[in-house]
Amino acid sequence: MGTAVLLARAGFKTPTTEDFVWPCITPHWKVGGAELCINRTVGLTFFTSIVVVVLFLVAFRRPKIVPTGLQNFMEVIVDFVRVGIVQEVIGERGLIFVPYLTTLFFFIFVGNVLGVIPGLQFPINSRMALPIFLAILTWILFNAVGIREHGWGGYFKMVCFPSGVPWPMYILVTPIEFVSTVLVRPVTLSVRLLANMIAGHLLLTIFFLGTAYLLQPSITALFAAASFALGVILVGFEMFVAGLQAYIFTILTAVYLAGALSHEH
Amino acid sequence: MGEVVAFVQTSMLAVASLSVVGYGIAAIGPGLGIGFLVGKALESMARQPEAAANVRTNMFIGIGFVEALALFGFVLAFIAK
Repeated sequence: MGTAVLLARAGFKTPTTEDFVWPCITPHWKVGGAELCINRTVGLTFFTSIVVVVLFLVAFRRPKIVPTGLQNFMEVIVDFVRVGIVQEVIGERGLIFVPYLTTLFFFIFVGNVLGVIPGLQFPINSRMALPIFLAILTWILFNAVGIREHGWGGYFKMVCFPSGVPWPMYILVTPIEFVSTVLVRPVTLSVRLLANMIAGHLLLTIFFLGTAYLLQPSITALFAAASFALGVILVGFEMFVAGLQAYIFTILTAVYLAGALSHEH
Repeated sequence: MGEVVAFVQTSMLAVASLSVVGYGIAAIGPGLGIGFLVGKALESMARQPEAAANVRTNMFIGIGFVEALALFGFVLAFIAK
C-alpha cells in the first residue's frame, strides 16, 4: 500500500482486486501447477493462529475462580458463544461444539480485524482460500453429525424429502433442497465473509488513497480532510463488521449443526 | 486499426462501469429486504421484550441470508469486468 500511495501522486489509480495479490517473500517452489511460497497473506495467517493460541494460553493458563483482567475478558466472549450462540440455537446437546465454534469465532475475528491494525492492514479472509477452507470444515462437520445422528439413509431422507409436503411437490422440492443444503451452503458461507472483507478493504483503500491524492498542492486539498474523516469513520465501521461477520459465520455454523441434529421432521 | 482499438477500449470501459451500475441496481433488493427484516424484528422486540434475545438471534441469521445476495452481486461485478 505504501507504493500505491506514492503512485497516487501521479494520477488517481482506483484500487482493484489485484491489490489483494502479494508477491512471495520466500523462495518459492512449484508443485504441479501451483506455486508454493510464503507471502503476506500466509504470514498473517500464521500470525493470526499464533495470536489466538497465545490469547487462550495466557488467559486460561492459571484460571482463577474470580477472574481478573484478560481471563475476565476472554470468559465473557467464550460465554457469549456458549450461551448466546450454542444454547440459543442448538440447545444443551450442542455443548460439545463449543470448542469448535469458539475457535472459529476467534480465528475469523482476529483475521478480519488485522485489516485495521496499523502495519499489518490486510484482512486475511479477503482471499478466497481461507473462507472456503473454514466453510468446507463446517460442511464436513454438519454432514458428519447428521449422518451419525440419522444414518446415511435417514439423513438423505431428511435433507431431500422434508415432511409435510404433498408428494407431487417433491419433484420440485427435492432438487432445490439437495442443492441448497449440500452445494450452496459452503459457497454462501464463504462468499459472505470474503465479499465483506474485500468490500471493506477496498473502501478503506479508496478513502485513504483519495486523501493522499487530494493533498496535492491545489484547490482540492480542501476536500482531503473530508476524505480522511470518512476513512477514519470507516476504520471503526470495519472493526464492527469484523465482529459481525465472525458472529454470523459462527451462528450459521450452529444453525446448520442444529438442522443436522433435529428430529422434528 | 488504432480507431478499432480505441473503440474496444472505450466499450470495455463502458462495460466495466455498466457492471457497477448493475450492482447498484442489484443492491436495491437486499437493501429493502434487510430494512424490512430489521424493522419487523424491532417491532416484535418492542411488542414482546422478553423474546428479544430469540428474535435478535434469528434476525442476524436472516440478515446473513439476505446479505449474501447483495454480496454475490458485488463479487460478480468484479468477475464480469
